[in-house]
Amino acid sequence: MGILVVAEHHNGQLATSTARVVSAARVIGGDIDVLVAGSGASTVAEAAATLSGVTRVRVADDAAYEHELAENMAALIAILAGEYSHVFAAASTAGKNFMPRVAALKDVAQISDIIAVESADTFVRPVYAGSAIATVQALDALKVVTVRTSAFDPVEMAGSAAIEALAIVENIGVSRFVEEQLASGERPELSAARIVISGGRGLGSGENFKLIEAVADKLGAAVGASRAAVDAGFVPNDFQVGQTGKIVAPELYIAVGISGAIQHLAGMKDSRVIVAINKDEDAPIFQVADYGLVADLFEALPELANKL
Amino acid sequence: MKVLVAIKRVIDYNVKVRVKADHSDVDLTNVKMAMNPFCEIAVEEAVRLKERGVATEIVVVTVGPKAAQEQLRTALALGADRAIHVETEEQLESLAVAKVLKRIVEEEQPGLVLLGKQAIDTDNNQTGQMLAALTGMAQGTFASEVAVEEQKLKVVREIDGGLQTLELTLPAIITADLRLNEPRYAKLPDIMKAKKKPIDTRSVADLGIDIAPRTRLLKVQTPAERQAGVRVASVDELIDKLKNEAKVI
Ligand SMILES: Cc1cc2nc3c(=O)[nH]c(=O)nc-3n(C[C@H](O)[C@H](O)[C@H](O)COP(=O)(O)OP(=O)(O)OC[C@H]3O[C@@H](n4cnc5c(N)ncnc54)[C@H](O)[C@@H]3O)c2cc1C
Ligand SMILES: Cc1cc2nc3c(=O)[nH]c(=O)nc-3n(C[C@H](O)[C@H](O)[C@H](O)COP(=O)(O)OP(=O)(O)OC[C@H]3O[C@@H](n4cnc5c(N)ncnc54)[C@H](O)[C@@H]3O)c2cc1C
Repeated sequence: MGILVVAEHHNGQLATSTARVVSAARVIGGDIDVLVAGSGASTVAEAAATLSGVTRVRVADDAAYEHELAENMAALIAILAGEYSHVFAAASTAGKNFMPRVAALKDVAQISDIIAVESADTFVRPVYAGSAIATVQALDALKVVTVRTSAFDPVEMAGSAAIEALAIVENIGVSRFVEEQLASGERPELSAARIVISGGRGLGSGENFKLIEAVADKLGAAVGASRAAVDAGFVPNDFQVGQTGKIVAPELYIAVGISGAIQHLAGMKDSRVIVAINKDEDAPIFQVADYGLVADLFEALPELANKL
Repeated sequence: MKVLVAIKRVIDYNVKVRVKADHSDVDLTNVKMAMNPFCEIAVEEAVRLKERGVATEIVVVTVGPKAAQEQLRTALALGADRAIHVETEEQLESLAVAKVLKRIVEEEQPGLVLLGKQAIDTDNNQTGQMLAALTGMAQGTFASEVAVEEQKLKVVREIDGGLQTLELTLPAIITADLRLNEPRYAKLPDIMKAKKKPIDTRSVADLGIDIAPRTRLLKVQTPAERQAGVRVASVDELIDKLKNEAKVI
């Protein structure tokens, strides 16, 4: 019995997170199938077929799966799950939405947000905002697992898996998609970016985030934020980095006007290099920063944008 | 419409947890406990629905130790009408909690069930979705806005790319995200009044529900601490370090 990986895709593009989930699955070994559920999903399926280590791509192409409604996705995956020992998906808002529903339909536990695979039934995951790392053994025959994608390198796209069409249409009908307001996407996506620059309450306003953006443009960086900056309405919700927002681990993370609360650190402390810019030399963020600059951000950011 | 809110007693979010010396678990002895922040948001939303005339009664439920009564009292002070305490000294997994909550849903027949999106202790983010599966209800997770219209519920959800709006058939399950509302503080007279509100106490054992653990905690470790690096004196020095030492730009 192999592993089923649920692919993530947006606007007809396979998300890079899928290559990372496959990478986690490969630690266990055996056959890996990828499920692509969506509407008009053939390009995604073709991309998924090139993921190294994948045996088969199974495509459920139907309007019922267009917006990844949890009820329909979970019903579909629960039907397929009987053929597998494991179901893996990214711990993205999509995966977090439908995977526990799959687990409950199959009457098994879910192991959330794993950062390492120790064996076929044992996984490592952060708990308590990353203050503790737990090693958990799943006792159920079927293992339902969500993967923290920043913890796994993506597999290469050098494979050629078979593509199989599925004729399973699960339309539960209790929920209906109304609309979506999505970020315009001129900048790299936060959880996949090589460089992230985040602003906090210290920025003072949404207008002042232009200072962050100017540096981001120079570096080709994604823009993030603390919860305080999101709550204050400076930037949209999907900018939030932290325990209850996005988890990032870029090559370079620049925190500007962010104090370094444990909930924020939980989302970025695995970055390779951390820079902190803060006017308070005692701000806790400096305790995790490789390079700390004690400065007023309103002077430091324009200078940084100029000199880069 | 009756609204059921499930709340959990967890470590206070300001407390940094420590790992036990034998690495068997985290050490929660004498640690300050509180209502899970996302559950506070769920309770607040129920109270607002009642203030708007949508909710007629608010029932709060917790599955947990005797001490979790404190959190039920807090919820009653915030505006819940009555409470159900399903007692257990064991730490139940999300699936078991969802099974207990399903029983309470069957008994209470609420029009809407509110939960937090995640408990900040083990950060599972599962229970609401599992309860939705077990009851066959629609789910609106990570909610930042809810509006009840006739037999439907409109929910705006915080998703990775932005916001998504769904329409759910009632009864439904909602899990609260941070921006759903800003919870109020309980006022002293309300805290006094809450002491007289009823708490119905039952025991998990009496419900005859399968709560057998499906996972085993093998060990808990402290993560590798990051070392503080160096202070740079200027923007020029910072750029130089990033280019020539860290080689990241
Ligand atoms: C349930 C729960 C979940 C949470 N989840 C998250 C999460 O996922 N992510 C998250 O980030 N937070 C989260 N938080 C919130 C967290 O506890 C902090 O409140 C938050 O991170 C603080 O944001 P901040 O650092 O921007 O603001 P503050 O703590 O107010 O810090 C602002 C910083 O800006 C500096 N500053 C001000 N002006 C300037 C200037 N001109 N130049 C330079 N520096 C300046 C100040 O010195 C200060 O250090 C959560 C909290 C709870 C209870
Ligand atoms: C270090 C450690 C690691 C663990 N890892 C795992 C694991 O990977 N998988 C696993 O299944 N178990 C694990 N466990 C077991 C763990 O005790 C429970 O699974 C976990 O605490 C339950 O999470 P939750 O259901 O509260 O979380 P969530 O699903 O995050 O809770 C969401 C919401 O559900 C509601 N809710 C949750 N619990 C209750 C309750 N008792 N009463 C009323 N409402 C409630 C609240 O509204 C809450 O906001 C671990 C335990 C420890 C100590």
